Amino acid sequence: MSERPPRRRFVRRVARHRAAVAGSAVVSLLLLVAALAPLIAPFDPAAQSLDAGLSGPSWSHWLGQDRLGRDLLSRLLYGARISAVVGLGTVSLSLAIGLLAGSLSGFLGGRVDHLFMRLADILLAFPGILLAIAITSVLGPSLRNVLIALSALGWVGYARLIRGQILKVRELEFVQSARAVGSPPVRLLLVHILPNAVSPVIVEATFGIARAIVAEAGLSFLGLGVQPPVPSWGAMINEGRHFLFVAPHLTTVPGLAIMITVMAFNFLGDGLRDAMDVREEIR
Amino acid sequence: MLGESALAAQKEELRRELRLDRPVVVQYGEFLLGLAKGDLGTSFRSREPVLREILRRVPATLLLSVASMVFALLIAVPLGVLSAMRQHSPVDHLCGFLAMLGLSMPNFWLGPLLILIFSIGLGLFPVSGYGTAGHLVLPALTMGTGMAAILMRMLRSSLLEEIRQDYVRAACARGLSRRDAVLRHALANSLIPVLTVMGLQFGALLSGSIITETIFSWPGIGRLTVQAIEARDYPLVQGCILFIALCTVTVNLVTDLLYSRLDPRIRYE
Repeated sequence: MSERPPRRRFVRRVARHRAAVAGSAVVSLLLLVAALAPLIAPFDPAAQSLDAGLSGPSWSHWLGQDRLGRDLLSRLLYGARISAVVGLGTVSLSLAIGLLAGSLSGFLGGRVDHLFMRLADILLAFPGILLAIAITSVLGPSLRNVLIALSALGWVGYARLIRGQILKVRELEFVQSARAVGSPPVRLLLVHILPNAVSPVIVEATFGIARAIVAEAGLSFLGLGVQPPVPSWGAMINEGRHFLFVAPHLTTVPGLAIMITVMAFNFLGDGLRDAMDVREEIR
Repeated sequence: MLGESALAAQKEELRRELRLDRPVVVQYGEFLLGLAKGDLGTSFRSREPVLREILRRVPATLLLSVASMVFALLIAVPLGVLSAMRQHSPVDHLCGFLAMLGLSMPNFWLGPLLILIFSIGLGLFPVSGYGTAGHLVLPALTMGTGMAAILMRMLRSSLLEEIRQDYVRAACARGLSRRDAVLRHALANSLIPVLTVMGLQFGALLSGSIITETIFSWPGIGRLTVQAIEARDYPLVQGCILFIALCTVTVNLVTDLLYSRLDPRIRYE
C-alpha cells in the first residue's frame, strides 16, 4: 500500500466525516458573518425606532424588531462578532497559559509540576461557570473581564492534557534518540515533543470554543457579560424573554443562533477527533 | 449603600461598621476565622447572617436538583440501553442526534422555549414560581436535559463495552435471551461509570441552577446568588459561591468513596 503524506490523509478523513464538513461550513459562515457584519447588516444594530418596538418580521426587517425597535437581524449579525471574539479569544488565551503551564509541568516535573497541578486541582473544584460568575461580579461586567474570567479556568484542561501528552511522547523512541545525539532540552521540547503532542489539544480547543461561546452567552444573560447596547446573543435572549407572550421571536432566534453555532463546533470537534484517532490508524 | 448625598462622617461610620478600615490582610484573617466557626458574615442588604439566608434557600435548590437528576435518569437509561443494544441502527443514530441537541441547548434558551411551548402555547404548567408539583416540571426539564444527554452517551459507551464481555456471552450460552443478559447482568455493571459522571456533573447542575432559577423565579440558592450580585451584596455573593463550591467538592468526594463500595475491584490504599 502506498503511503500518503499524513497531512493529506488527515484532510481526506475529515472530508469524509459528513457532520464535520457541515460543522466546518457553519463555522466558516459564522466567522465570515462576524468579519463582515458592518457591511452586510441592513441597519445600525443600535439604531432605535421606539414606535416600531416589538414588531414582527417584515420586508424591511426580516427578523422583526426588539423592544426599542432595533433591527433583530442586524443585532444577530453583530452578535456573531462577540461570540467569535469570545470563543477564539478565550481559547487562545487559555491555550497560551495551558501550553506554558502544561509544558513546564510535564517537561520539568518535580516541584513545578506539583505547583501547577495542585493549582489546577483547586480551580477544578469550582464547578463550570461559577468561577466566571464570581470573577465578573467582582471585576465588573465587560468583554475584557469575560475573557479574563473564562480563561482563568479554561487553561486548566489544556495544561493537564498537554502535560499528559508530554509525559507520553517524551518516552517515545525518536525523542530518546534525539536526546541521545545531544539535542538541547528547549529544542527537544519545541521541535520534537510538542508538535507530536498537539492533536488532542486541537480537538479539545474546538470543543472549548463551543463552551466559551455558551459561557459568554450565559454571563451576558445574567447581565455579567458585554454591556448594552453592544448586541450579545445571551443578552438578547434575556431581553427577549420578558416579551415571550407578544414577541417570542426575540428569544427563539438568538437561541437558535447559539445552538447551531455550538453544534457546529461540537460536530467539527467530533470529526477532528475521529480523524486523528490513533486507534483508527492502527486498524 | 448610603446614597449620593451621604456625609463624610456617615461614610466613615459605615466603613468602620463593615470593618473596611482595617488592613486587607486583617479583614481576610477575620473572614477565615469566621468561616471556621461557620460564620459567613452579614448580608449588606438584609443585615441577616449570610449562612441563615443560604440555608433558607437550600430546600428549593435541593428539590430542583433531585428532580432534574431523576428526570435525566428516566430519559438517559432507556435511551442509552436502546442505543447500545441496537448499535448503528437508525434508533441509535436518532438517540445520538438527540444527545447532541441536548448538549448544545443552553439552559437560558431551553427554559424560555419550554415556557413558550408548555405554558404559553399549551397552558399545561405555570410560567414561573414555586409551591406545587406543576411548578417543578419545567425547571427540572430545563436543568435535566443537558445531564440526560451526557448520561445517555456515557451509558451507551459503557454498556457497549460490557456487552462484549465474556460473562454476557456465558449468560447467553446458558439460555438467557440477549435482552435478559444485558438487562440483568451487563446493565448493573455499566451503571458504575454513569454514577461517577452523575457525581461529577452535580456541580455543573448546581451552577446551572443559577440560570435556571433566574428564569423560573425559583427561590433557591442560584437565584439568591444572582440577586446578591445585582444588589452588590458581596458577603452574600461570596457565601453563595463558597457554598456551591463546597457542595460540589463534597459530592465529588462521596462519589469517589461510593465507587469503591459499588465496585469491589477498586480499593483505596
